[in-house]
Amino acid sequence: MRALLAHRLAAPVAIALIVVALAFILPSNFYLRVAALVWISALAVIGLNLLMGFAGQVSLGHAGFFGLGAYAVAVLPAQFSLHPLLALLAGALVCGLIAFVVGRPILRLKGHYLAVATLGFGILIAMAIANESWLTGGPDGMPVSRLTLFGWRVRGASTWYWITGALLVLGAWLAVNLVASPTGRALRALHDSEVAARVAGVDVAHYKLIVFVISAVYASVAGSALALVNGFVTPDSANFIHSIELVTMVVLGGMGSVFGSLVGAAILVVLPQVLTTFHDYEHLLLGLMMMVIMIVLRSGIVPSLAALIRRTRP
Amino acid sequence: MSILKVEEIGIAFGGVKAVDNVSFSVEAGTVFSIIGPNGAGKTTLFNLISGVYRPRRGRVILQGQDVTGLEPNRLARCGLSRTFQNLQVFFRMTALENVMVGRHLKERRGLLAHLLALPSTARQNRESAEIARQLLERVGLSDYAETPASAMPYGALKRLEIARALAAEPQVLLLDEPAAGCNPVETEEIETLIRRIADEGMTVVLVEHDMKLVMRISDRVHVLEQGQTLTEGRADEVRANPKVIEAYLGTHGTREASLALG
Ligand SMILES: Nc1ncnc2c1ncn2[C@@H]1O[C@H](COP(=O)(O)OP(=O)(O)OP(=O)(O)O)[C@@H](O)[C@H]1O
Ligand SMILES: [Mg+2]
Repeated sequence: MRALLAHRLAAPVAIALIVVALAFILPSNFYLRVAALVWISALAVIGLNLLMGFAGQVSLGHAGFFGLGAYAVAVLPAQFSLHPLLALLAGALVCGLIAFVVGRPILRLKGHYLAVATLGFGILIAMAIANESWLTGGPDGMPVSRLTLFGWRVRGASTWYWITGALLVLGAWLAVNLVASPTGRALRALHDSEVAARVAGVDVAHYKLIVFVISAVYASVAGSALALVNGFVTPDSANFIHSIELVTMVVLGGMGSVFGSLVGAAILVVLPQVLTTFHDYEHLLLGLMMMVIMIVLRSGIVPSLAALIRRTRP
Repeated sequence: MSILKVEEIGIAFGGVKAVDNVSFSVEAGTVFSIIGPNGAGKTTLFNLISGVYRPRRGRVILQGQDVTGLEPNRLARCGLSRTFQNLQVFFRMTALENVMVGRHLKERRGLLAHLLALPSTARQNRESAEIARQLLERVGLSDYAETPASAMPYGALKRLEIARALAAEPQVLLLDEPAAGCNPVETEEIETLIRRIADEGMTVVLVEHDMKLVMRISDRVHVLEQGQTLTEGRADEVRANPKVIEAYLGTHGTREASLALG
């Protein structure tokens, strides 16, 4: 059992099982839609977790990449009649390039300084999206044309559930592969000691850049997926609050835990829906629960519970 | 043949000359020790040689090549590795993984192959793990292979750093107080290990406070005091040098000095 849990593929397999199982359990389209939103958030969170949890570099601007991905599938088909799938790829490419260019100077910074610099970057993107109304529809957002694949119009909660679920499993699989590779070891090493990693030959700046680009691409693809599912985009997808939400999901679920990324995303997407029944106390309760979780399970939900299980069942 | 040469190297921190005009030359395959009282500048000297600090003046020549001010990762490519006095261990990784990181430069690094877990990546992982396991055995840490470094005792971590440095197969290895905090048995193991490393042709530059160990193992000893060279010579020459005894008198007291150097 423990060997099974420690296996490299444990997280993507568990996530795949959950996606399949929930498809049969969830009672209505409303729930399938919420689940699809969880899968999409979790995808972005896995990418951010590679950066934060494994490589130890914070980003408070990842909603910027998410927003660019979302607007790519809105703007490119509308303006240049690009196929939405190509638009998604173009968005990912552009985000990767931007991350590459911005990452070089930014990732030299550490800790709080890096946090503020990425924060600034995210705000810049959000402002650009909100201000360029001729292209993006400004603060009101813009519609996204429907996705058609080989003449088949993709629509319906259940279809999107499966597409986003598959995307999430793919993202989780790529992430665990990376973590278990020489690149992953280099990233985890520079998290713990940059100087020792460098002495071992790791080009620290290069590896930080690689993981920053990868995490930007994850966010972009997730953003594109959300836009396609919703059929609409607003600048909110790129804004600062969303960046904070993504970081919160990473920390809540567990830094350096791919499965934790899903847990963190699920909590922050589902809980507000559940708590709406408490009307005025919704935000109060949400904040309180987050605080309690972090105080009790201080390394995040999944790593803390895993450690607990290890200790009780030797 | 001189494999590592330091020429008139120096650095200052806020007006304090931590290392001042130090020169020496290390022959390939020998054990070269740098000793001196606390704060003499030994670790700073290591930081200058290994590219952690950029020297304000002077040069470092490694295998005939001027490597002054090169980044540590570039120096690693040139065949230099080191351990740290204040542990620099990857605490979130297992002992085995720590040593596997040492294989970094020997590993194939295709990002796409890593993302897709191609068979070449699995093969690479197996190969690195195999070599890391052998190195753990060599430093006597086989039992810790799967243990997170954060759960290992201090003495074991010291040896873990040596294994990680060896994994890079360097030509020149800098060891900063490898025996500090180790019990007599562990110290003896480290002595045997260093001896064997040198016998295999690797060059060892050693900083160590355990004078008995230094005197037994070193081909040459370089003495620093307040950032400057006090003297250099064979172990027996240095031990007999009145200036050295005096330098240790200042910080350790007569009895300890004669004990330490005796
Ligand atoms: N980064 C730094 N900033 C300021 N001062 C420094 C720095 N590094 C070293 N020093 C100073 O340089 C001097 C030499 O320190 P160093 O650590 O090299 O001594 P050492 O010989 O290794 O001593 P020990 O035997 O205690 O390890 C000390 O006065 C120390 O305070
Ligand atoms: Mg020192």
